Parts: sequence; structure tokens; C-alpha cells
Amino acid sequence: MDLKAASAKTAYLILADGTVFKGRSFGCEGEVIGEIVFTTAMTGYEETLTDPSYCGQIVTQTFPLIGNYGVNDEDYESRTSVVSGYIVREYCEVPSNFRCEGDIDSFLKQHNIIGLFGIDTRRLTRIIRETGVMNGMITTCEPTEEFMAQASEKIANYTVGSVVPKVSVKQPETFKSESGKYKVALMDYGYKFNIRRELVKRGCDVTVFPYDTSAEEILKFAPDGIMLSNGPGDPQDNTVSINTLRELIPHKIPTFGICLGHQLLALANGATTVKLKYGHRGGNQPVTDITIDRTFITSQNHGYAVVSDSLPESAGKVSHINGNDKTCEGVQYTNAPAFTVQFHPEACGGPHDTAYLFDKFISLMEENKKCR
Amino acid sequence: MPLRSDIKKVLVIGSGPIVIGQAAEFDYAGTQACRALKAEGLEVVLINSNPATIMTDKHMADKIYIEPLTLDVVKKIIKIEKPDSILSTLGGQTGLTLSMQLAEEGFLAENNVKLLGANPETIHKAEDRQAFKDTMESIGEPCIPSKVVETVEDAMEFAKVIGYPVIVRPAFTLGGTGGGIANDPEELHEIATNGLRLSPITQILVEKCISGWKEIEFEVIRDAKGNVITVCSMENFDPVGVHTGDSIVIAPAVTLADKEYQMLRTAALNIIQALKVEGGCNCQFALKPDSFEYSVIEVNPRVSRSSALASKATGYPIAKVATKIAIGYSLDEIVNQVTGKTYACFEPALDYVVVKFPKWPFDKFVYAKKTLGTQMKATGEIMAIGTSFEEAMMKAVRSIELGMDTMRKKAFITFTDDEVRAKLHDVDVDRSFCVFEALRRGFSVKEICDITTIDKWFVEKLKNLAQLELWLEDGELTQEKYDLAKKYSYLDKTIEKLSGQKLADKGIKTRHAVYKMVDTCAAEFSAETPYFYSTFDEENEAAEFIEQHPTDKKKIIVFGSGPIRIGQGIEFDYCSVHCVWALKEMGYEAIICNNNPETVSTDFDTGDRLYFDPLTFEDVDSLIATEKPYGVVVQFGGQTAIKLTKHLQETGVKILGTSAESIDDAEDREKFDELLEKCEIPRPKGHTVFTTEEALKAAEELGYPVLLRPSYVLGGQNMIIAHCDSDVTEYMTIITATELENPVLIDKYLMGTEVEVDAICDGTDFLIPGIMEHIERAGVHSGDSISVYPCQTLSEKIKNTIITYTERLAKALNVIGLVNIQYVVYNNEVYVIEVNPRSSRTVPYISKVTGVQMVDIATKIMLGESLKDQGYKSGLYPVGDYVAVKVPVFSFEKLHDVDTQLGPEMKSTGEALGIARTFEEALYKGLMAAGFKMFKNGGVMFSVKNSDKPEIIPLAEKFEKLGFELYGTSGTASMLNRNMIATNFTYRIHEDKEPNVISLLESGKINYVVSTSETGRKPALDSVKIRRKSVERSIACLTSVDTANALVKCIAMDKTVDDLEMVDITKI
Repeated sequence: MDLKAASAKTAYLILADGTVFKGRSFGCEGEVIGEIVFTTAMTGYEETLTDPSYCGQIVTQTFPLIGNYGVNDEDYESRTSVVSGYIVREYCEVPSNFRCEGDIDSFLKQHNIIGLFGIDTRRLTRIIRETGVMNGMITTCEPTEEFMAQASEKIANYTVGSVVPKVSVKQPETFKSESGKYKVALMDYGYKFNIRRELVKRGCDVTVFPYDTSAEEILKFAPDGIMLSNGPGDPQDNTVSINTLRELIPHKIPTFGICLGHQLLALANGATTVKLKYGHRGGNQPVTDITIDRTFITSQNHGYAVVSDSLPESAGKVSHINGNDKTCEGVQYTNAPAFTVQFHPEACGGPHDTAYLFDKFISLMEENKKCR
Repeated sequence: MPLRSDIKKVLVIGSGPIVIGQAAEFDYAGTQACRALKAEGLEVVLINSNPATIMTDKHMADKIYIEPLTLDVVKKIIKIEKPDSILSTLGGQTGLTLSMQLAEEGFLAENNVKLLGANPETIHKAEDRQAFKDTMESIGEPCIPSKVVETVEDAMEFAKVIGYPVIVRPAFTLGGTGGGIANDPEELHEIATNGLRLSPITQILVEKCISGWKEIEFEVIRDAKGNVITVCSMENFDPVGVHTGDSIVIAPAVTLADKEYQMLRTAALNIIQALKVEGGCNCQFALKPDSFEYSVIEVNPRVSRSSALASKATGYPIAKVATKIAIGYSLDEIVNQVTGKTYACFEPALDYVVVKFPKWPFDKFVYAKKTLGTQMKATGEIMAIGTSFEEAMMKAVRSIELGMDTMRKKAFITFTDDEVRAKLHDVDVDRSFCVFEALRRGFSVKEICDITTIDKWFVEKLKNLAQLELWLEDGELTQEKYDLAKKYSYLDKTIEKLSGQKLADKGIKTRHAVYKMVDTCAAEFSAETPYFYSTFDEENEAAEFIEQHPTDKKKIIVFGSGPIRIGQGIEFDYCSVHCVWALKEMGYEAIICNNNPETVSTDFDTGDRLYFDPLTFEDVDSLIATEKPYGVVVQFGGQTAIKLTKHLQETGVKILGTSAESIDDAEDREKFDELLEKCEIPRPKGHTVFTTEEALKAAEELGYPVLLRPSYVLGGQNMIIAHCDSDVTEYMTIITATELENPVLIDKYLMGTEVEVDAICDGTDFLIPGIMEHIERAGVHSGDSISVYPCQTLSEKIKNTIITYTERLAKALNVIGLVNIQYVVYNNEVYVIEVNPRSSRTVPYISKVTGVQMVDIATKIMLGESLKDQGYKSGLYPVGDYVAVKVPVFSFEKLHDVDTQLGPEMKSTGEALGIARTFEEALYKGLMAAGFKMFKNGGVMFSVKNSDKPEIIPLAEKFEKLGFELYGTSGTASMLNRNMIATNFTYRIHEDKEPNVISLLESGKINYVVSTSETGRKPALDSVKIRRKSVERSIACLTSVDTANALVKCIAMDKTVDDLEMVDITKI
């Protein structure tokens, strides 16, 4: 923070429980309400900001120095940024990196994102950890008693709501690979570009379908495999998508699900999901693949989890669990050639240690092709 | 996987004496390893020749051998102890190399010993240059174009192919010893020759120089299942070209976007998988600043200095986890101690940044080259934690103990802009300060980056600091300015100094720091780690922690000793740790404050709470405000902690043990003289002077030789022995070049036997665990002398006088706790030279060989338990069955241009101990442990000053009788020949004729050099050049006739390791 930043306009964070943080404004000025979540990732803020799964949320970075290497066009994980607000302890005004095309302050301004810096982000994180995810408001208005009275109701009433339609493509889009060996239907619930890149890299022609594409349409497309993407919000809100998946299961098309995609397939199979106290967000989450007794460090961003016990035995088995809280991190289905994971093997940001799962998906499609 | 059932008894090899490149971090690692093994119920056998370590403490292992770390000794101990396994990866390069040699020889297989941690194949792949390159190539990890060569000619040939500059890296050497950057064939010839000689396998790597690339490190851990994690990333402030041990380092890496970060992280994981390390591993990368191109620089398949830093930076105990993995556990089974509910199989997330700053010995070695390169020169380091880089940097600057509280270095203030610009080109220890000076003067960031190749990010951050200072200096001091300065961790007094205004006058609301927890997880989980750092923010987690953990125990803060440097080494950490243990045992809450990431004291496991912070008045005040302790302990943290005494006392803090007044009485020359007079104890005659004229007059009156030193420091800093007027003039010129606030002391120098005593006093009774006698006569700094316990040559009368004087002094000074006194015995008279009412560097070894736990006893005394209460009688403790000889160890090969001549200023970086039933055997072991080779024949070269000439006659005779060939420079040779000792004549260097002494030293005929010189420490002197040449050629160079006599005695004994008894000190 240089002297200029130190004298930026005062801004506040007001939590649903009435706690007020005084900081300074950056990015876009104004007022915004959202669900406050924190991520512990130390790199990859640009990927975080452009990850559609954060739609409706105010993202807090626990790492104190954000924006060090600037932003660039290549590292976008979606077309734009849909976070509601952004909170950092300190942002870097003069970034340094050979690919840097701009600084984070300008990025936020460009995407109309309201930012707050200069608060004790560790204190905020501890509050969320102890009380669970909470709504909050970033504002440049002084939190007078009068203002607080008005704001608290607004804050309390806020819900992320059904946001998948907001972030999903409106029309199918196709991305060709060099070899075009496989044809994959990517169900877009708010997908991160790197899922597509990983598939294209492996010889898949990927067609991205809107979240509400019917089963019939998918079947007509006759894909070699279906990729269920990540996405924002409460999985149970997505009844249309869940129904579509339920219809697709009996057709035994190789399927790979990530994050929301993982949750939706579980719901389609009769399992239930639950909201976690404060979720898993960061690049350091250990996940054990219990089928091979190996633990991998994964990138994660989710506030809901599949309840392990709720998965019908006839559908499949939990294949991955979280090393910290032992929640469900993956399912191997037995009623269809499908597997899903809660974490992000596509990384970006975060570790690439589980990228092999894309290879597994390719093998699955290959085997299925042979059988046919 | 659980504990392997085939492991019952483990041998742990320590790293030996502290040298540059292998320091206290291995005591920290080794201690964690021993504790982890014992916690599993395994029997632990330990070998380490370094007595100043915590790991060689009685309860650290079941059997402890303080024996030389040579192959023969380790073999002998394996035969005696019959361990089933050996842990190779916790004892630095020394432990790794020994383990590898044992394995390669087949000795381990023959004796059914398993190698844990890294197998020989792993070590070979990582350490042998060609094998490493092949391995990297096989997994597609890029290496720098390079070639392993075994001759200078091949090196020159290859350099022609890849082009200059090239880097030379010798195989199997510590801290890059003997390496360097060569810009042309001539330089390459010199460096390659040197490197080949220093490499134990005569092998060097010649590689393309990639200076200017970013240097990034990853600490990686792998278990036998193949689970891999990275604990921490680190980025060097100084780009490739400066040894990472000499670079300012920030953790985590900051200028890498996720793409580059993950690319290197993945590479690190691929490397550790390919090497199949089971435990910790360090991977160093060079990353081109303007592309994704990178190269693997180096991989260390063991714990290292970087892993100690990473452990302290993250709270993740790498050494402990590595040990558990070595004995069979997997990462997902080892509980993360910090959270208590998660496992070791995760990657720490930081919500702060860490800055490491090296501590260099150049305040001692004024003539040494301060340039930095591939050869590490730092003796120690500090770490600072902050929520911003600026804050961490400011904390680092005042932790490093250079007397600085901003990055503005005094020497640069008077520079012209052009001089600053020119200085920016020097890659030396002051570079960061020079960048800062340039920024204050308004140099553009771009210009600085272009010259230094330091990343813009760092320069911009320093610019923020520079701008803040300019802002403070400009106009009225406001609350806004104050608050921002505090965010950057400026001290109140610095803010006043820069602004030229008093805070109180301006009505500034001042504030203390608050404390945040280091918890490995960025607050994602609640943690119970009692590990904190200060920052200027809202929430005080330490205060919260204290509130949530109510206790009836009284709280005591122990102040540590800061960075390891020459004169204040690991011994003081040993003392601090012991004090903490004693306090805990006595039912107190023990709190540590220190800033050295390498040490045991800063393991969050050691005390009840750890504060990782600078040790200045204001920092300490904040801590006192949060902790509100019952009392504080300063006497175990060396000068660093002692310096705090007066201030603490003034602010009303209870100092446990010897009072501030007593400390002052011992440090203030005049008060000290009065005290001695009162006690009727003689000291060498002396005067205080300010000018060269006064000094010359005083010297004349006292008679040469005289001892000169500044009065404000004890412990031999800037001390010389002057033999003539020109010595005095040279010294006074240097010392008066800087502001002279305190006088220079000039004393008659008595060339007698030096005797040292560490005593414990409770105000009534006193206890001397042992009297130590030095082999070298007074004049060689006590830390550089070979020290013998018990004393060997003193009469009962002299001993009694020493005991009486010690009692008188201890009581007169009202010592409560430890006191160290140095005496000189001259013409049967005992004179006192120095009194330090605090712990000393001999405390650990005397505690170990006498069994008198000095620090524990002293701690109890401070809290009211008298010696009598503890069951000790007043006076000298009965002498035991063993003789212990402490031998200093130097790092001269790392420090170019440092004269190796021993004198009143300390030069050693570490020490080794020899323990045996007889003095001779103990000396033999001590010398061997310190690295002396006992040649049975060969050449000895003499070049001594006139006053030493009579004494070398018997010495030369002894060498001659043993069958050595003798050589001497003109004067020395003719003198020996006159005395019927056949000596070959050589010309002096400046005579430039053959046979010249330099070509003789290069010929390989010489095994020992005895060189003493009349005067001076300027590198240009002939005698200094002879000694430097000896260091370069790895020839043992003895600069004191006394040391030479001791050595020849050992050679004459004609012993081998087979003849020596291995002593398990737990049985003493």
C-alpha cells in the first residue's frame, strides 16, 4: 500500500451480525450485499475473480497481499467476473509480471466490482469460521445508527438464489480439438474455462450446452461423454438440471462431474446435499482417494457437500473424502459409467495434482466406445 | 502405514560444528528428530561432535556420543551400539555424506543397518551432478546447460561451447564452497582449479550462467505411499547469482502468477517422486522473468536451512514429519499438531508474509570482500513476520542487529548520486540498503531494476518505505502519518527522529503492537498454536489466547539471542532453551521471544508461548503490555538480551537474576576498575584514550605489547594486540574513522596462560563447575582458543586464587545466576581480564562434561532456590573422570581475504569437543573433530615472527623427529638451520623467486603450515597471503605456536580410532 492508497475513500463492511469493519474503497465505489466467503489460496486471485461459482458472493482473500502480479486476459476462467464484492487486506498498485496487462484495481472497476481493502481480514475470517457463512454489505456510506437499521434488514434478507441461469451460456458453443477423437457435451452450470481446455487438450471436441438443455437434446447430440461443470449456488435449486441428469443416467453415457456437477448427479441419484458451515475454498485441501489410499492436494470452492450416507447403495460409492473434515469429495457410480468429484481437478487456480482425472474420463470414453 | 516393526534402535548423525552453510538449523532438525523417535518408543543413539547443541543434551537420546564425525568413528559406534537403522537426512550435508559413504562401502548391509529417509540411490541421484542431470532429463525437468568435468582443461573446453559467464559448482561441498562465477577463461582457470581440489570426488559442474533469473524454492515432503505436498514456497529478493543463504528471502513467493507458481510446484512434486525421497526435500528453481522458461538449480534430499525457515514461516514442523515418515508413517496419518484435528497431509496457507534477512560477519572482518556470489557467507539469519512486505522488512532490519531502525544506511547518506548509482552495481551485503538510498533520492524504479535485476515488485515496496520516510520528514507530524508509519512497523523513536518532532508534543496517540497467531491455515481452522507475531492491527489474538487459557502459574519471558554470528552462537540458544525447560519444570509459564528461525528456542513446542519478533526496546514493551509477566530473564540471550536490561528495569519490569546495576558495573570500565580495587584483584594495567597521540603515549608507558579495544563492547570485537607504534596508529586510524563516543581502552598485554571460569552464584554461595585452561596463551580470543577442562597445568595455589577471586567478584557484583570470568596467569600471578555476568559459550560443554546443569541451577536460583536448597556446596565442583577439550572451528574457506591469524578478535564460527580419560586422547579427538588430519609424515612449512622464533625450535625438532620434511621462509629457515634442524629454504612471496613459498604451497608437498606474523591484518601482507593460500589449498595452518605444539603431540601419539574409547556422555 503506498501513500495514495492509504488515503483512498473510506468504506465499510457490515456483517449480518452487526459487526462493522472500517477499511478503504477500491475497484468500484458503491454498495453491495452478498454472502461473505473466504478463500485461503495464496495465488490465483484472477482465477478466483473470474470463477462463476462465486456468483452472489463477496470474496475475502486471507492472503494479505493481492494483485502482486497484476491481471491478464489469458487467465480468465470465464468471460467476466461475477463476484458481488471483493475484500483484501492490501492490493498491489504496481504489479510485476511479464504477462501483466493491468492492475487489480482497474480490473474491478472494469467489471463493476465493489472492493474493500485495509481491513483485518484475519479477524473477518475468524468470525466467519466461528459463526458460519454470513451475509454482509460493503458500502462507502457511514454506518450511522439510522443506516445500520435500514441495512441490517436488507443484509438479513439477502440470498444468493438461483444463479446458475445467470452464468450459463445461452446457446450451445463448440470448441474443436486438434484430433477430434471424442465428442463431449459440457453441461454449463457456470463452467471454468480450464475444464474445457483440459478436455480439448486431450482430443475432445467440446460443445458447451446451456444448463437447461433437455435430455432429449443431449441424446440427439450423441456425445461420447458428458462433462458436468462447476457452478454457483445451492445445488437443490437446480431442479431442471437434476431432472435432466436423472433422465440421462439410464443411457450409460460416460460422465464426469466437477463440484456443482458432482452435487447435481448425486441429487439426481437420490442423495441429499447439505450446506457446510463455511465451506472449502482454497488451494490446499487434502482429498483422499480411498480406492487407492492416496491423498492429493486439491483446489476447492464449494459451500455445499453431498451427504455421504445419503447416496443409495445401488447408485454408487463414495470414492473420495476430505482429509480435514471427512466430507464426501467424490463418487464412483456403479449404475452408470460415471464418476464425480467435489474438488477442482482443472485447478486454475490451485494445484494440478488431480489432473489425471481427465485422463480417467478419456479412458472411460475410450472403453465405452470399444464396448459399443 | 504404521511404525515399521523392524525398527527398534536408530542411529542419528548430527551435523557437527557450526560452519557457514551448516548452522543451528540442524540442531533444530536433529532435536525434533530425536524427540519424534523417542516419542515412538524407539531407542535413539546420537553422534554429534558439537557440544553446544540441544540435541546432545542428556534426555534427547538414549546414548549420546560427542565424538568426531569421521567414517571410522561412526563405524566404531555402529559396531558398539548395533543399531538396526540409521537416519541420514537430519544431519545436514555431513550426516548425508557419511550415511552415503557407509552405504556405498557395504558397511551398512554387512552390519544389518537400514538407511532411513533417503536411500543411497536417492542421494546419488540428487548429489552427483551427472546422475542428477540424467534424472531430471528422464522426467522432462529442464536443467541449465552444464557439464560435469574432472579437469580444468575440460572445464575450459565446455565454457568455450556454452559461452561466458559460467558458474562453477564443486560436487559434494557445503554451501557451495569453492564455487563461483567466471567471466573469462582466466577466472575460470582459477575457480575450476580451486573447486576441483575442494570437491571430495574431484568433480565440478560448469554451467551456463543464468544470473538475473528469479530464484524460487519449494520445500516438499513425500511419504512412502507416494503422497506429496509442498510446505512452502520462497522467493529470493536477489535474483540468481547470489547464494540463497545470502539472499533476502520472502515467503511465500509473491511475483508468480498462479500459472508459474503451479508450474514450479508441479515440477517440485515430480522431482521428489522421481528421487523417491521419503521425508523432506528442497527444490531450487530459476525462472526467467519474461517467460515460462525455468531450470532446476539444485535439489537437497534432506532437511536444510531452507526447511528450517519454511517450518518457522508456516508452523509446519518439517523435521518432525520427515522423521515420522522415515520410520514408516504416511502423511495422512500424522496429526497436524497446530490444529490438533487436521493431518500433516495438507499445505500450509499463510495470511502474512515472512522476510528472512542474512547475518553476515563483516562487522568483524573489516578487510574481507563483502561481495555476494554463489559462495554463502552469512553465519546466521533472522526472520520477520508481517502482514505486509514493508512491515516484515522493517522488522527484519531491526532484528538483524546492525544498529539500524530504517533501511537508510549511514554510510550512504554522504554519497553523491553518482556514487550511489555506481554502488548499485555492486552485488554485496549492502545492496538492499543502497537500493533504498537510491529510492529516497528519487532514482526511478526502472533504473534501479535495470542495474540490479531485482524484481520491480520488491523495489516498488522499498519505494513505499522511502516515500513514507520522506513524508515523515516533510512538514508536521500528524496522527495519519503516525498510523501509517506504525503499519509499516516504524518505531516511535524512529518516527520522532525522521520527523524531527516529538510524538507527545504533537498530541499523537501512540499505540502498542497487537499479536496474531501463526496457525498453518490462515485461520480456516481454530488452532491452539502458542505461536505469535506482532503487527499493528485491530485484534490481539495473544491477549485472547491468554484470557482463554487461565492459569495460576506465574509468567516469565525469556529473551533469546537473535541471529547467530561470530561471538554469539548457538550456545546462547542452548542456554535460553534450558532456562525455558527449567521454568516449565518449576511450574512457571515460560514465554520465549526471539527472531532466529534456525534454532530450537523458536520451535513453538519449546516454551509455553513463542513470540517471533525483533528484540528492541519498543518491540519488547509491546510484548510486556500484552503478557504482563511476573518477571523476565535476560542473562541467557547473549548481548542481544543483556542490552535490554536497563530499559526493562526503567520501565518497571522485574529482571530475574543479576540486576541491571551489576551488569553495568561489569561493563563500565571505570566502575569495573573500582570494583576490582575493592576486591583487591589485579588486572593488567591500562588507560583510556581518545586520540592516536594519547594511545601512543599510553602504549609507551605500558610497554609493548599492548591490547587495544573500544570500551563499549566486550567479547573481543575490534580488539587487537599492538606490538609497535605503527600497529597502534593503524588501529586508531580505523577506529577513529567512525564517530568515537566512547574511549578506546589500552591495556598492557600479558602473554600468560588464559583461564576461564563459569560460575553460578546465589548471593551467598557460589559454585564453579569447572576451571578451564586454554592451550593458546592470552591474546587469542577465548572463543578461538582450545579450551581444556579440567585445567592441566595450574598449581593448587593458583587454582585456589582463582576460586577466591571468583567468589569475591561474584559476590561483589551481586551475581544471581551465571557469571563468566576470564583470567590470565602470568609469572605465577592471577589477573582478571574480563567479567561477564551472564551465560557464556562454554556453559553447554561444561554442563555436559561435569553433569552440572548450570542453566537449570541458575534459573532456579533466580527464582529463589539457593545452591544449598538444590544440594550444592559452595566452591569448586569435584573434578570428574573425563577430560574435555573444546576445539574451535573456522569457516575461512568461505570468507575470502580474511586473515586466519588468530588474535584477540574472535573468528571461529563453531566448535567441536573431544572427550576422553586422558588429556592427550581428548585433544586428539577434539582436533580430529575440528577437521585436523593427523598426517604421519609430509611437509611442514614455517614462517614466523621474530618473537616466536626461539619457540619454534623445539617444535620444528619434534616435527623433524617424526619424519616430516621442513621448509621455511628465509629468516625462519636460516634460524632453524643454525640450530641444527635441517630446513629447506624458500623465498618469500614478494621476493618473486623460486623456490617460492606460494609454489611450494601449491606443490602439494605441504601438510601443515605454521605461520605467525608480526603485525597487521591487511590482505596485502605476505604473511596473510601465505595463510590464505593455505586455506585455499586446504592445508592446516597453525597461527599459534601453542596450537602447533598441541597438534604435534597428537601426531606423535600415533593413535588410530581403534585405540580410542567411545564415550557415551549419558553415562558420565
